Amino acid sequence: MTTLPDVSTNAVASARWRPGEIVFWIVVVACGFLFPSRYLIMTDIVRLALFALSLDLILGYAGIVSLGHAAFFGVGAYSAGLLALHGIIGEPVVALVVAGFAAMVLGFFTSFLVIRGVDLTRLMVTLGIALLLEALAERFSNITGGTDGLQGIEMQPILGSFAFDIFGKTGFFYSLIVLFLLFLLARRIVHSPFGLSLRAIRNNPLRAAAIGIPVNRRLIAIYTVSAFYAGVAGALFTQTTALASLDVFSFERSADLMLMLVIGGTGYLYGGLIGAVVFKILQELFSTITPQYWLFWIGLVLVVIVLVGRARIHRWALWLPNLIIRQVAGRRAVVAVPESDAS
Amino acid sequence: MTNALETRGLEKSFGGLRVTRDLTLQIEQGARHALIGPNGAGKTTVINLLTGVLRPNAGRILLEGNDITSLPVHKRVLRGLSRTFQINQLYPDLTPLETIGLAVSERMGRGGDWWRRMGTRTDVNTEIADILTRFHLLDVMNDLTVTLPYGKQRLLEIAVAIAARPRVLLLDEPAAGVPESERHDILAAVAALPREVTVLLIEHDMDLVFSFADRISVLVNGALLTEGPPDAVARDPQVKAVYLGEAADA
Repeated sequence: MTTLPDVSTNAVASARWRPGEIVFWIVVVACGFLFPSRYLIMTDIVRLALFALSLDLILGYAGIVSLGHAAFFGVGAYSAGLLALHGIIGEPVVALVVAGFAAMVLGFFTSFLVIRGVDLTRLMVTLGIALLLEALAERFSNITGGTDGLQGIEMQPILGSFAFDIFGKTGFFYSLIVLFLLFLLARRIVHSPFGLSLRAIRNNPLRAAAIGIPVNRRLIAIYTVSAFYAGVAGALFTQTTALASLDVFSFERSADLMLMLVIGGTGYLYGGLIGAVVFKILQELFSTITPQYWLFWIGLVLVVIVLVGRARIHRWALWLPNLIIRQVAGRRAVVAVPESDAS
Repeated sequence: MTNALETRGLEKSFGGLRVTRDLTLQIEQGARHALIGPNGAGKTTVINLLTGVLRPNAGRILLEGNDITSLPVHKRVLRGLSRTFQINQLYPDLTPLETIGLAVSERMGRGGDWWRRMGTRTDVNTEIADILTRFHLLDVMNDLTVTLPYGKQRLLEIAVAIAARPRVLLLDEPAAGVPESERHDILAAVAALPREVTVLLIEHDMDLVFSFADRISVLVNGALLTEGPPDAVARDPQVKAVYLGEAADA
């Protein structure tokens, strides 16, 4: 049988590392050494990237839209903050995982509400859950510190030997390593039969069930995993800024996240990463030029992206990013904004 | 011998409209059974009831003697009841290789496997290779489904259903919309289905029905009009009146 080797080679081909991906990570690590004065903003970008990766897992692969992903970010952030503040778990890595699990538990239980509806219902349900948590955090201000947030968090050294420094160098590399490890895990997941079945569900839920895929169970699973990722991102936020306040739950945080995926595209894992970088750079750029109205310009960029279509912008202005996306994603890059309207 | 698939007194109403009326069907093991009927006879509803997309208001469905009336869609598939769709329900941005791989993985209980990469299991790969070969899809296995010619898509549609290794296969108008030049491949694929698979064919095309089926049930207004071997059905004056006559005019 000569066809068997063909099939196995081709079946694993899509999971192989592309040169562009390797270059991408080398560049990322290089940034850590090239811009030692920029650790704080780079850490911010890494956190956002992890958070966006988490949304990409459900939006890009399973087709679940969410406007309330900050709920999990917030639970992760407060969990990490409370664990450190009360000295329950001092070691950051363990606390990070525990905080991720806390968000995961919330993700598991809310997934049953989310998978029931269609897109619009899902938007509202996820938004509602995040708002609920924000209100709860405000109500129980004796635990959360209310509008002042958790104060006086002191972080212990990572693994007992790497102390957080004032320039944020430790924080940056810590966040980057966490991002990379979780990225590897996500990459593993999306190239597994499980990950493929998610794409099948997003493509066509009716057919997915007709070939024997337990649709709801798979959606619950990925939603739970995604909540873990968001929780870890939130915990990283608290650990690297020594701060957790009510705005971790804010609607803007969830909406910004959606923006990043609109910019970067979904369904190839790098969309959130690239989107986070571009979003943060735009934000910095605009807030330097017009400190008060940067949101206006971000909004304008979004409108242009949606109206003109990512493909056309890429062809004209974003030739280089487009090239990068194609290098890392191949033909599969799926965008959050349908381009058919624009072409 | 228990019937491969059986319905007893199946009823389905949408509001005041009774689209399936006291439908009792018996499909024998290994049968090539056809379900025909004019437009609006309720054929699609019957398929949806059999596969679990819709729940009947009354009646039972038995797969090899076991009651599956309340099982969800994917569990029926794992029990051995698979279907094709009249209008292609494929995955536009997956390749045939991935599509078949999915179906095979699910059947082997590997679908929830999140750690091993796709394509690293020899047993799964062997079966994928076998199915792609049988349905002449090897040369296009890496093309996105959306770019395949329609005939190939129809073949893939049948191949996916077969990948679930069904005991009973429901074919919903397998040759619908296929251009004449590619039709032969589809018919050959249907004819080559293994004998141990029981087939229920839902079809408009009378040539296909009479060349393929060894038993025909005629559905009119949601109820069974008559049933029998092809020649008897063809001679039945009632059938001629409601169905064949209509088809001859069209």
